[in-house]
Amino acid sequence: MSTDTATKKRDEFDVEILDTVGQPLLKDQAEVKMAARGCDVFYADHQAIFGVDLDIGKNEIIAMIGPSGCGKSTFLRALNRMNDTIDICKVTGDLTLDGQDIYAKDQDPVLLRARVGMVFQKPNPFPKSIYDNVAYGARLHGLVTNKSELDDLVEASLTKAGLFKEVKDSLLKPGTGLSGGQQQRLCIARTIAVDPEVILMDEPTSALDPIATAIIEELMDELRHNYTIAIVTHSMQQAARISQRTAYFHLGKLVEVNATNTVFTNPEHKLTENYITGRFG
Amino acid sequence: MEDGEHILQSYDQELEEIRSKALEMGGLVEKQVSNALIAVLERDTELGEHVAASDDEINELEVAIDEECASIIARRQPAAGDLRLLLSIIKITTDLERIGDEAEKIGLYASQLGTHASNQGMSAQLQHLGTLAHSLLKLALDAFARMDDEQAMEVARKSRDIGKEFDDLSRVLITHMMDDTRNIKNALRVIWCARAFERIGNHSTNICEFVIYRVKGKDIRHTSLKKIRKKLYPDMAKDSDKKT
Repeated sequence: MSTDTATKKRDEFDVEILDTVGQPLLKDQAEVKMAARGCDVFYADHQAIFGVDLDIGKNEIIAMIGPSGCGKSTFLRALNRMNDTIDICKVTGDLTLDGQDIYAKDQDPVLLRARVGMVFQKPNPFPKSIYDNVAYGARLHGLVTNKSELDDLVEASLTKAGLFKEVKDSLLKPGTGLSGGQQQRLCIARTIAVDPEVILMDEPTSALDPIATAIIEELMDELRHNYTIAIVTHSMQQAARISQRTAYFHLGKLVEVNATNTVFTNPEHKLTENYITGRFG
Repeated sequence: MEDGEHILQSYDQELEEIRSKALEMGGLVEKQVSNALIAVLERDTELGEHVAASDDEINELEVAIDEECASIIARRQPAAGDLRLLLSIIKITTDLERIGDEAEKIGLYASQLGTHASNQGMSAQLQHLGTLAHSLLKLALDAFARMDDEQAMEVARKSRDIGKEFDDLSRVLITHMMDDTRNIKNALRVIWCARAFERIGNHSTNICEFVIYRVKGKDIRHTSLKKIRKKLYPDMAKDSDKKT
């Protein structure tokens, strides 16, 4: 974290954010899937993320929480270069996947997004059939050679997303005809179909009812065994329920990262405590 | 960690209400112990009977506090300091209720001890122990009211004396009983009182452990004082090293 930004005291808050407290970096670096070092993100002249150092471990669910505008979604989107689509957005610092720089000149962002998939807040199935939604990425990346392989992939992906039983007789019906929760699972199936290593989720259940939410959360817990998951959520209870580690962002800075249990029973930083207990920060 | 206000003011009010109920319960329990001690030391049979019969209000408060804690947990999903406050209150009120029970027992024995001349000697031995237990309780309640973890540590340290006092008293009473078997009946009552005071001391220490849990976020039960100091109060550990 660069000293000038890190030590800059913000007048409106009485707590100074000097450095991330807790354990943003993993002790065993062999367990690291993605890593950020000194990551800054700018929207034109406005700096949205200040010097974030963070490891995301293999097969863990890391939850990113914080008030609106704290930069958690911006950071998440930096992890698969979704910010590239915004002209004025600039990302600096090191971001790596398995030790490789994801912002390297020779890194194709489309291929990166196949390895680091994303699920969005609003279910956004393509206006195509359920089958074609799931098959889309595999066709694009040429992952299968014939129809029967593709059939298998679609079935396997829908099964992993916990949706196959519900849609197996209506694979050719439009994906947009499903319920909200089913649509979100369809989007997860679509993400899984290209065999990613990391799944980024930006508020994946905020548009869903508690039952659909519980189904997605159960699904995430199963997916964790094969994938690394980073989730941004406004629901602190959701972060508490599903994640192994929790990262708290505040005004573009990563304030605290700790085991989820620690964050919700005995957070180290005053700002984390204020946020999760619903106090004025 | 100093607490600011919740965005939801009603949440603050509910927590404050529970906290003041727990303090009220503490006050009642302390009064019971204080009366039990007077009854036993001054041979006040009437006061002893009164103590033995005045446990209801304490029990009712315990139930009410538990109910309110359950309601807050269900409706507000408290986290961090709020969660620790509620958990410590639930635990502390259990200890308070048991202290109330011990005081009730002491009141009962006090009413049975009567004013026998031979009891005078025995009950003098009880004075040390009873006064120590009572003062530990007062300090523990004070630490809870102010969430003063350092004072809580002080109580934990002092509580070690209570076992020693109990052992001393047991020895004296055994001699007393061997001197004259007619003393046995009352000596047993005295030792039961002593046992109750010892338990009050232990429950007071438990209260302090939960004060430390609330403030520091660390569960220090079943941990030696030395380890607690080393882990949570390194400055205190240095000071006590200097003293020894």
